[in-house]
Amino acid sequence: MNAHGTVFKYGDNVDTDVIIPARYLNIADPDELATHAMEDIDATFVKRVKPGDIIVANRNFGCGSSREHAPLVIKQNGVSCVIAASFARIFYRNAINIGLPILECAEAADKIADGDEVEIDFSTGVIRDVTRGESYQALAFPEFINGIIEHGGLLNSLKARGV
Amino acid sequence: MAMTMTQKILAAHAGLDEVVPGQLIEADIDLVLANDITGPVAIRELKKAGMDKVFDKDKVALVMDHFVPNKDIKSAEQCVECRDFAREHGIVNFFDVGRMGIEHALLPEQGLVAAGDCIIGADSHTCTYGALGAFSTGVGSTDCAAGIATGKAWFRVPSAIKVVLTGKKAPWVSGKDVILHLIGEIGVDGALYQSLEFTGEGVAELTMDDRFSIANMAIEAGAKNGIFPVDDKTVAYMEGRVPRAWKVFEADADAEYERTVEIDLSTLRPTVSVPHLPENAKPVEEVAGTEIQQAVIGSCTNGRIEDMRVAADILRGRHVAPGVRAIVIPATQEVYLRCIREGLAEVFIEAGAVISTPTCGPCLGGYMGILAAGERAISTTNRNFVGRMGHVDSEVYLSSPAVAAASAVTGVITDPATL
Repeated sequence: MNAHGTVFKYGDNVDTDVIIPARYLNIADPDELATHAMEDIDATFVKRVKPGDIIVANRNFGCGSSREHAPLVIKQNGVSCVIAASFARIFYRNAINIGLPILECAEAADKIADGDEVEIDFSTGVIRDVTRGESYQALAFPEFINGIIEHGGLLNSLKARGV
Repeated sequence: MAMTMTQKILAAHAGLDEVVPGQLIEADIDLVLANDITGPVAIRELKKAGMDKVFDKDKVALVMDHFVPNKDIKSAEQCVECRDFAREHGIVNFFDVGRMGIEHALLPEQGLVAAGDCIIGADSHTCTYGALGAFSTGVGSTDCAAGIATGKAWFRVPSAIKVVLTGKKAPWVSGKDVILHLIGEIGVDGALYQSLEFTGEGVAELTMDDRFSIANMAIEAGAKNGIFPVDDKTVAYMEGRVPRAWKVFEADADAEYERTVEIDLSTLRPTVSVPHLPENAKPVEEVAGTEIQQAVIGSCTNGRIEDMRVAADILRGRHVAPGVRAIVIPATQEVYLRCIREGLAEVFIEAGAVISTPTCGPCLGGYMGILAAGERAISTTNRNFVGRMGHVDSEVYLSSPAVAAASAVTGVITDPATL
């Protein structure tokens, strides 16, 4: 699996309240919810983002609330991957559990700029910044987590194990 | 190998003699929690996956607390989903309006969580129960769904930061000031993927409500959990509430920690975290005089009876400043009733504050105290992120109930000692 898209770049501590403000958490429909993604940090995100685009951020992406709505609205907008120097732990679990690809890579987070064109090879974890002509190596997932990803999320992987 | 308190609880729940940091384990869960925001998502995921079952109807808690009594039609519909699920599966611990309270104040009060437990909840502040010497952590709705169906959850065993507390607190310093100070020291990702294990002679100086406030905000330092040793105060709290046996775990004396942070409680000042991160902690004098339009006293961090008493002690015989809205939210029905019986409710109303029924409400910008553009609140809640309590151009300053009440009286951020 590969990804290819334009980068939306953000800083440290992008919290779940700016990814999807709590005032919208009464909305059940994922498509309607997704129209408010990143609204409080980047009011034009939803208008500009195209399927395949990539979010790159620095430290502690997804900190704050446990709301799974956060990775969901990012995925629902067609984002192919979130790359960050580090992820808040609940967001990290949630992204894997719902099948939103995420990669930890401090070097990529540092060097990739807003608007860059980036390609990702998920089988190797290599992130290539086409605009800059540079490549970075993301951390590999433990095998257990790869199993969840390959089954398309936690509940499917549990079903596959006959739980 | 020597283990931390958290590692011992996880090992016991995974059926292992020992675990090491980084190890992936599957653990048995003693309680799975969801609320009216995260519950419906978990229920839909279970149905979608064809796993519409409950591993143990006594070990699932559904608490309607974020947007209840319902603020609008959509939030009412989310509660209907939870209500139907609870009825279909005979879930005993379903807390609806009239029985409910803010989940992390309610579950300890109801005796549903105890020392040595392994608990997950689809709410980030589930780490609160570490105050009782339990391992408890927040997860998303899908992890919660898996827990509801199977009674198990996977964890990466965390390493730990040892937080050694010494000394005695000064007047007007509370558990909230301890945790704001600590987050200021280590940062909002200072304990990422790690446990915060509190220890030292200073623990005995902290009331249970102090400890609940501290463990509650472990997540604001990125921690997986925060945990306190079990002592006489813990046991006294659980006796008469917890109707079953609990187990006390202790860290090994030679357990390894990533780092040690020492806090001398006697040096702490009433502390305020300024926008827009909880790590922006300052002694109250550095921000004193900052004008506010709203003061919120409540939440899963500071809506317990001691919080109400401290606020009432400051508001008694005084009045909320003109131009300030003071909103007091007892966290549970029991706390609310005690406010009435102890005469605190009268104090609040005579001072010009309003009292809400239990709700998370304004903490997450839901309702019951939303800020307009340009407005500023002092709040005993746990997050001061951009737009957290309302408009993206509003501001939240985090503090203890004492500082929030004193600020409500003067209209500017105020050290309670100067009133």
